[in-house]
Amino acid sequence: MSVTKAPPAHPAEAAVRKPSTRRRLVPYWLLLPGILWLLVFFALPMVYQASTSVQTGSLEKGFEVTWHVRTYWDALTDYYPQFVRSLLYAGTATLLCLLLGYPLAYLIAFKAGRWRNLVLVLVVAPFFTSFLIRTLAWKTILADGGAVVDALNTLHVLDVTAWLGWTENNRILATPMAVVCGLTYNFLPFMILPLYTSLERIDGRLHEAAGDLYATPATTFRKVTLPLSMPGVVSGTLLTFIPASGDYVNAELLGSADTKMVGSVIQTQFLRVLDYPTAAALSFILMAVVLLVVTVYIRRSGTEDLV
Amino acid sequence: MTQQQTEGGDVRLTGISKTYGSFTAVHPLDLTVPQGSFFALLGASGCGKTTTLRMIAGLEEATTGTVSLGGRDITGLPPYKRPVNTVFQSYALFPHLDVSENIAFGLRRRGIRSVSRQVGEMLDLVQLGDFARRKPHQLSGGQQQRVAVARALINHPQVLLLDEPLGALDLKLRRRMQLELKRIQTEVGITFIHVTHDQEEAMTMADTVAVMNGGRVEQLGAPADLYENPRTTFVANFLGTSNLIEGEIVSAGADVVVAAGGGKLTLPGGRCPSPVRSGGKLLVGIRPEKMSLTHTDDADRIPEGRNRVTGRITDSSFIGVSTQYVVESTAGTALQVYEQNIERDSRFQPGAEVILHWNPGHTFGLDAAQSIDAGAAGADSPEAVA
Repeated sequence: MSVTKAPPAHPAEAAVRKPSTRRRLVPYWLLLPGILWLLVFFALPMVYQASTSVQTGSLEKGFEVTWHVRTYWDALTDYYPQFVRSLLYAGTATLLCLLLGYPLAYLIAFKAGRWRNLVLVLVVAPFFTSFLIRTLAWKTILADGGAVVDALNTLHVLDVTAWLGWTENNRILATPMAVVCGLTYNFLPFMILPLYTSLERIDGRLHEAAGDLYATPATTFRKVTLPLSMPGVVSGTLLTFIPASGDYVNAELLGSADTKMVGSVIQTQFLRVLDYPTAAALSFILMAVVLLVVTVYIRRSGTEDLV
Repeated sequence: MTQQQTEGGDVRLTGISKTYGSFTAVHPLDLTVPQGSFFALLGASGCGKTTTLRMIAGLEEATTGTVSLGGRDITGLPPYKRPVNTVFQSYALFPHLDVSENIAFGLRRRGIRSVSRQVGEMLDLVQLGDFARRKPHQLSGGQQQRVAVARALINHPQVLLLDEPLGALDLKLRRRMQLELKRIQTEVGITFIHVTHDQEEAMTMADTVAVMNGGRVEQLGAPADLYENPRTTFVANFLGTSNLIEGEIVSAGADVVVAAGGGKLTLPGGRCPSPVRSGGKLLVGIRPEKMSLTHTDDADRIPEGRNRVTGRITDSSFIGVSTQYVVESTAGTALQVYEQNIERDSRFQPGAEVILHWNPGHTFGLDAAQSIDAGAAGADSPEAVA
């Protein structure tokens, strides 16, 4: 009985299903350009680099895959000071960006009123000039005998920073401080913009409610504004820390041989020494370290249910 | 529940006003809210009622005047130093804190460590015991509203300020929350100041209603008093519906007689604005439910001594308990009549000639110098009907 009844149901079902199948495929079609892009410009180079990192040979004789994993160990032991330095500089710059960026983002979000858009444009304005030129400009700003160095010298600030090991010989250029200044400056907008977006989303009435419930303005900030802006803090620090730890322009232009970051090493290995396996291995180690730091950070900041 | 003993105190506003640039939101205003009362500020949006409330909370700085609480001047205090709490229109619950932490917020800010017992009591009071660990976005509108009330009440404020807290709820839930708020107020005995644009809400909940219009208090009194004896056309039209007929005073005295629409209407002199002079104009007011409808054929059955107006039914709508008729009267205006559906006269169809009649004692008089449809639905406050 049921068998004889079944056939008439089929055509109707098929008619219903056909457009829905097509509709179900739409998201995949929309994803296709992005996936292709990632495949060609991200996944394939990654595979290529991974294979390079386990090759041996020389430019003249050619390289071939020999599964020489020792390259990783050698790269790490030879260049661990640069790794530590990279994380340290990037971390310091990120912290400075947060300290400089938070008050500014707060001001734009809550106090700027009709100046809001103008200030936002000003935050982004440096991007209209090349990254390289802006960094070179800092060379002039921090130059020996320049206004900044003179002023800090007069105030004996450079003595303090020298004692901390940030500067030496009463100069800023070619010291860790110069590199961190450059990093901070260059990545500041990446901190401010996400901070601003998350602060701007906070309902102003929550501040009123906190005040109404006996919270002083300082407590309101600590208990309401700051926790609610954590998504912005997290994404801002990530957007600053990740590129900063791989950056080499600032270390190259503003630093010295003693302030080299791992990005500089990778660049030198790839373009000057032409030791591709070591360069590739260094890249992978950097990636792994950053991934680890970021994972631990996100886990600990506990913003999962806020984002 | 253990109630922290708060010293008695009336809320007293003296000459308080608020101006924004050239716009005056609240004209200098004197108002006293007795301790323990349920006080409603009623008016259409933009009438200054919320601004008044926010000045009591300290969220808005008064341009002139003072706010005092139990004799203490609190005008200069920031909100976090005032012993008042607010239930916001949008609830403004902290999205990153769960229900119990939202409720405990005020206690913690005052350095109270062990909050769990009080929070538990509050959760019971607003019947949300099972939701203590939920985040606000996991709650329905009504539940969020109750969290907002609990969060304010747990501090045992001297005054609880409610800024249209029921506006976002659907009608049925709103009715239930009205009863619930009234119950809570009776239970905790705290002064409630409730801002609303819903006249029915104000009348069912409050002991005293202040009707505000254009930044001024038009009239203040018990709901029944406001309804029966409106002193302005705004109050007459905004609270319920009024039929207002313009007429000329024929004789004044204990009973005032007014000529309107070719007939004579009588009303008690005590319910007229003073002074009443013969020859002057007067608006005669009567509520729709106080009038009776009789077909012209039965005119002789109407008892003597009642006010009468003749007219023709132009519209009728059946709404269950009653039928509402619109009658085009000889007095010039369209009059509304609500007839209880006890014995329906089948002749009352549009076009029927009828006589409206009522007890003269139910009539009130208003100064004719004001706009006859101030405060009427659709006149200047469209959402007043909502």
